[in-house]
Amino acid sequence: MAGHRRVQVSEGGDVTVVRFVDRKILDESNIQELGQELFQLIEEDHRKNLLLNFSSVEFLSSAALGKLITLDKKVKAHRGKLKLSNIRPEIYEVFAITKLNKLFDIKDDEADALAVF
Amino acid sequence: MSHSGWSWTFERVIPSKAGAHRPVVEEILDRLEQEQWPAHDIFSVRMALEEALCNAIKHGNRLDHRKKVAIVCKMATSRLWIKVTDEGCGFCPERVPDPCDPANLERPSGRGIMLMRCYMTRVEYNEAGNVVEMEKERAGSVEPV
Repeated sequence: MAGHRRVQVSEGGDVTVVRFVDRKILDESNIQELGQELFQLIEEDHRKNLLLNFSSVEFLSSAALGKLITLDKKVKAHRGKLKLSNIRPEIYEVFAITKLNKLFDIKDDEADALAVF
Repeated sequence: MSHSGWSWTFERVIPSKAGAHRPVVEEILDRLEQEQWPAHDIFSVRMALEEALCNAIKHGNRLDHRKKVAIVCKMATSRLWIKVTDEGCGFCPERVPDPCDPANLERPSGRGIMLMRCYMTRVEYNEAGNVVEMEKERAGSVEPV
């Protein structure tokens, strides 16, 4: 497993919890790197269940949403589960506007999400 | 743009290079913060600027270093006006598939313009599709008639 620069990864039982290093996810090269690190967890490290904790995220662009959608497809293809948690209201609004709150399983906090994997 | 009383005008031309727009975004947002615009308005303008400028650099000018992106921004007490011009071939915004259509929900791209329209008061493209004008009314403001 290569080191991560854009995410912090920890284990919670059979669920891998991911936190974001960047408070603002908008830089093109950082988003590319973020995507690679997330995809690697599924495709190379063979982790099935991912929980993305957004507590540190203050802003994200549509390019970042695109990576999350691609990640969701990869998780489903590997028969795993993806959940999101700790999304602050202004970020949740972005998911709601784009209707991605219907695509992703979003829980209030980490404990809520871990309880339903 | 039919408005007088602009208190601040800002013009920049940037290269078509990934990330070249970042100082422009920060300078405009700094100005909004100085003028004590509400946090949600600042979030909204960041979203619109980020999407419009990334589109201009990446999709409009296709990261061609010979082409530039021009930004003009004007601010009044309760209104912000932004114009972004690229040197690309343009596009037809109406032909961008609706990203909220259930059939398109899993498409990883195509949400930028929609976010711009949701977060700004007005977003209009020219006929060619290489110029976008956006306006934001300050939350809670009442425009003089």
